[in-house]
Amino acid sequence: MPARRSTVTELREAIAAIPDPEVPVVTIEDLGILRDVAADEDTGHVVVTITPTYSGCPAMAAISDYVAYIAARHGWQARIDTVLEPAWTTDWLSEKGREALRRFGIAPPRRREGGVAVPLGRHTVACPRCGSTDTEELAHFGSTACKAMRRCRVCREPFDEFKEL
Amino acid sequence: MTIKDADASGYVLGLADDALIYAQRLGEWVARAPELEEDMALANVALDLLGQARALLAHVGRLDGTGRSEDDLAMFRDERDFRCVHLLEQPVDDFGVEMARMLTFATYQSHLYAALRTCADDVVAGVAAKAVKECAYHRDHAEQWVLRLGDGTEASHARMQAGLETLAPYVEELFDDDEASVDAAGAGLGVLPSSLRHAVLADIATVVGRASLAMPEPPTWHSRGGRAGIHSEAMGPLLAQMQHIARSHPGATW
Repeated sequence: MPARRSTVTELREAIAAIPDPEVPVVTIEDLGILRDVAADEDTGHVVVTITPTYSGCPAMAAISDYVAYIAARHGWQARIDTVLEPAWTTDWLSEKGREALRRFGIAPPRRREGGVAVPLGRHTVACPRCGSTDTEELAHFGSTACKAMRRCRVCREPFDEFKEL
Repeated sequence: MTIKDADASGYVLGLADDALIYAQRLGEWVARAPELEEDMALANVALDLLGQARALLAHVGRLDGTGRSEDDLAMFRDERDFRCVHLLEQPVDDFGVEMARMLTFATYQSHLYAALRTCADDVVAGVAAKAVKECAYHRDHAEQWVLRLGDGTEASHARMQAGLETLAPYVEELFDDDEASVDAAGAGLGVLPSSLRHAVLADIATVVGRASLAMPEPPTWHSRGGRAGIHSEAMGPLLAQMQHIARSHPGATW
């Protein structure tokens, strides 16, 4: 552990670059899970605020541990606050994050046009491999709380879809 | 108007225990559901409910002044201290019955949480705002199955109808105005259960009608007492299974 404490900017960048444990091609900042980094240079304490994608997301404990570890490596002592309000939405996914998901083979969520209700009608999702929109849902719930399973009718590949919320 | 935190904790405990106990029951389907995708779906729904329960139980431990953690409350309370309704503690091994239960409970939770988003307790409002979006997925999932089974073969139609009939005596308890709910609603911290009845049953009836099924006749009896800690015979075995590891190895971590 370095004795020297890194600058606030370095600390913030290091925390923002932490990968999501379930979908490691995107960072917690890309996902919109990281809400705030409040560092106090006088005391060396930092309060990091995160929010879960779904209420029961089992990755939260791992993310908290990793944030505390990264902060310690930078000479800071972290407290992790988990907040539920405002509720996470897939609209917080950055463009960089969406592109990273697509390249990884996960169809990114659509952007919602405001409103609170989740529109659950059958919608169009482009295949992340061949780009065809001729795809079908195989299962509403997938390998993690935030994903559904789909199949492309053109290239026949199954793929995950990041569900909009 | 205010009520003491200790009183509010009883109402929040009802919300938390409904979610916790139904998560436990749904978890029992894993590896026994009709298809692999359904194992995952039911586990996902259970996970959402468990997440809601955790946030609410942690809040209860602060409100009632005991400082108990979510684990203390889930694992070290006895049967009479649980506040869930009988509907959610019943053992169910028929998929039609389970889909009828999920449709009923997810519809109820959708209306309940929609109303709680603006309640005077910030933590409950925060959980509600998040959970209402998850419940939309649960409801949609149950609805798709009820439509598919009700409007499917003669056998699936009969079993789906039987599912609705089996659960009918347990539905009304959701809308009984118990003391904690009346107090919480009066203080702007909760929702009066009876105020949800019409909208919830109307939503369920719409799906049931589209599935070419019939709403059950009003039952001749209905369960009661869950919110006061009086449970059915199913609750003891459920708690024994849910709590035994934590009680056999108190304080264990991994």
